[in-house]
Amino acid sequence: MRIAELIMAVLMAVFSAYLMWKSAELPIGWIEGEGPGGGFWPFWLASIMLVSCIWILVRWVRRISPPSKSTEPFMDSAAIRSFIAVAGPLAICIGLIHLIGVYFSVPIFLVYYIRFLGRHSWPTTLSISFATPVAAFFFFDIVLRIVLPKGYTEPLFYPLYDMFL
Amino acid sequence: METLLLLADGFGIAFLPLNLVLIIVGVTIGLFIGAMPGLGSVNGVAILLPMTFLVPPTGAIIFLAAIYYGAMYGGAISSIMLGIPGASTAVATTFDGRPLALKGQADKALIGAAVASFVGGTLSIILFTLFAPPLADWALAFGDPELFALMMMAFATFVGLSGDDIPKTLFSICIGLVLSSVGLDIMSGEPRLVFLDIVGFMHGINFLVLAIGIYGIGEMLWTIETSRGELTMSKAVISIERIVQHLKELLRTWFTMIMGSVVGFFVGILPAAGATPGALMAYGFAKTYSKTPEEFGKGKIEGVVAPEAANNAASTGSMLPMLTLGIPGSPTTAILLGGMVIWGLVPGPMLFVDQKEFVWGLIASLYAANFFAAVINIAFIPIFLWMLRMPFTILAPSIFVLCIIGGYAPTQSMHDVWLMLIFGVVGFLMRKLDYPMAPAVLAIVLGPMAEPSLRQSLLVSDGDITVFFTRPISGVFMAIAIVLLVMPMVQSLRRRMKAA
Repeated sequence: MRIAELIMAVLMAVFSAYLMWKSAELPIGWIEGEGPGGGFWPFWLASIMLVSCIWILVRWVRRISPPSKSTEPFMDSAAIRSFIAVAGPLAICIGLIHLIGVYFSVPIFLVYYIRFLGRHSWPTTLSISFATPVAAFFFFDIVLRIVLPKGYTEPLFYPLYDMFL
Repeated sequence: METLLLLADGFGIAFLPLNLVLIIVGVTIGLFIGAMPGLGSVNGVAILLPMTFLVPPTGAIIFLAAIYYGAMYGGAISSIMLGIPGASTAVATTFDGRPLALKGQADKALIGAAVASFVGGTLSIILFTLFAPPLADWALAFGDPELFALMMMAFATFVGLSGDDIPKTLFSICIGLVLSSVGLDIMSGEPRLVFLDIVGFMHGINFLVLAIGIYGIGEMLWTIETSRGELTMSKAVISIERIVQHLKELLRTWFTMIMGSVVGFFVGILPAAGATPGALMAYGFAKTYSKTPEEFGKGKIEGVVAPEAANNAASTGSMLPMLTLGIPGSPTTAILLGGMVIWGLVPGPMLFVDQKEFVWGLIASLYAANFFAAVINIAFIPIFLWMLRMPFTILAPSIFVLCIIGGYAPTQSMHDVWLMLIFGVVGFLMRKLDYPMAPAVLAIVLGPMAEPSLRQSLLVSDGDITVFFTRPISGVFMAIAIVLLVMPMVQSLRRRMKAA
């Protein structure tokens, strides 16, 4: 926990410094007749972020904040395993949306989660994995006319568009 | 008198068939969301906001407010039956609700919670109806300096009152504000903070992307990690006869309910406080003023009704500054406020002038939502208990899918879906290190209003920052903000002096 606190504070300090540098691409000072420049607001906020990070680091050195005193691991091995087992496939699922679209990527994710993480029966798994995208299609694509991304599977939906739109 | 007429018009709107259906559906969804451990009103509202594009703004906010309301009722169900709060707002309900359930009086606790929620909700809406019009009237006089000072005060409450780590709170506020400034600079029209020259950042960062990331993905990751192990559910026997008997007993707790409602309402108004501390405070008061404080924590019905009245009252309280001042009183109302901007409304006192139908329709719908939540809650307790058995391994992936679709829908860009995932994961890791997340969500919603008000004020005053201190109203706000900012530091200094 102590090391995690240090790493997070340092990373966020670097991020704050990056934000300050990035904000400074626009004028951060006073422009005559226009008031404060476009970079003024984010620049000074980012500098408060940097100061906060330094403050967090000072409290880390002096062991004031609870995470900097804690001897517990930030995540034990079981927690890391469950985190990776969930966040990893979620990222893969989002990545797959670019290729095969929501309506194929989401069922794969659901089958993985419900069947392999949740150990539910195949009938339960398949009925939810099938019903979810169908419901989503009718709600978003048809009723709301918000066309969800379909990647290379778009042509498969043409007949459905013809039928409902 | 005028208020009553407006309220009557409001009821006309709330009782339109579409809105009535939205209230009932919203309350039911809210009850379910509130009852499910790991999901509270803020998660429900964040994840479901993109679904409201279907109906007009008034219907949309009525629906979301009904979810907010229902969730306050629902939170008690799992606090009592499982011993884990269904939402953070129901933490205090576990203290006495769980012991009651273990004693075989789960039904008494459930009904007590429902009745107290109803009383808390009703009293607070009456207070709301009384306070809102004069407050909005007063706020009409606000110029840019007052608006900015007011927002400073709202942020300062997080530092002074939330009890979270101070530098981490400051960091959270500022990162929210900076993220809100990504995209085109509204005043000069120049692009700024376009990270790594990715085109997606040109459109800015939609507050919903951060809200769904943190309250959808981050919350699920959090729940998966924290809720390991088996839960045992208590049994509840429910019959009309017993309900009547409990209602009679509950009559004796009227004072606790009223106290809880008033405490909850006023604590709820404060942006950093809200329903969770409101409920805890009401519990504390009930215990302090009780003749038998030693019975608290062992299953005393007052220990259930006080926090339940308070958390409902707080949810109404948090809507007061949202509607009248344009400053949300809780993370959930921050998301509602962001939603109002998406629907093309300008939050703030002008709503009471320009959008009477919207405002009064919403207020009237709160009365209706409160009524339906109580009825549905009591009538369908067995169904909610059955739903609580829904395995988390089915709920969690469904929520993830809703998050992905909900993150995509508002802007229809995959860039935002990736950003949402990043916010969710980073937010989860930061939360584990005690970084508070609510200030960041509030900040990203308020950022687009805070920045122009600061820059306009400075432009008018020709760069003179004393403009915030010399105008009477903004001066008072700034003074309160400074006290709130300095207070925790003075406290810690005093503690160190004592220790030395």
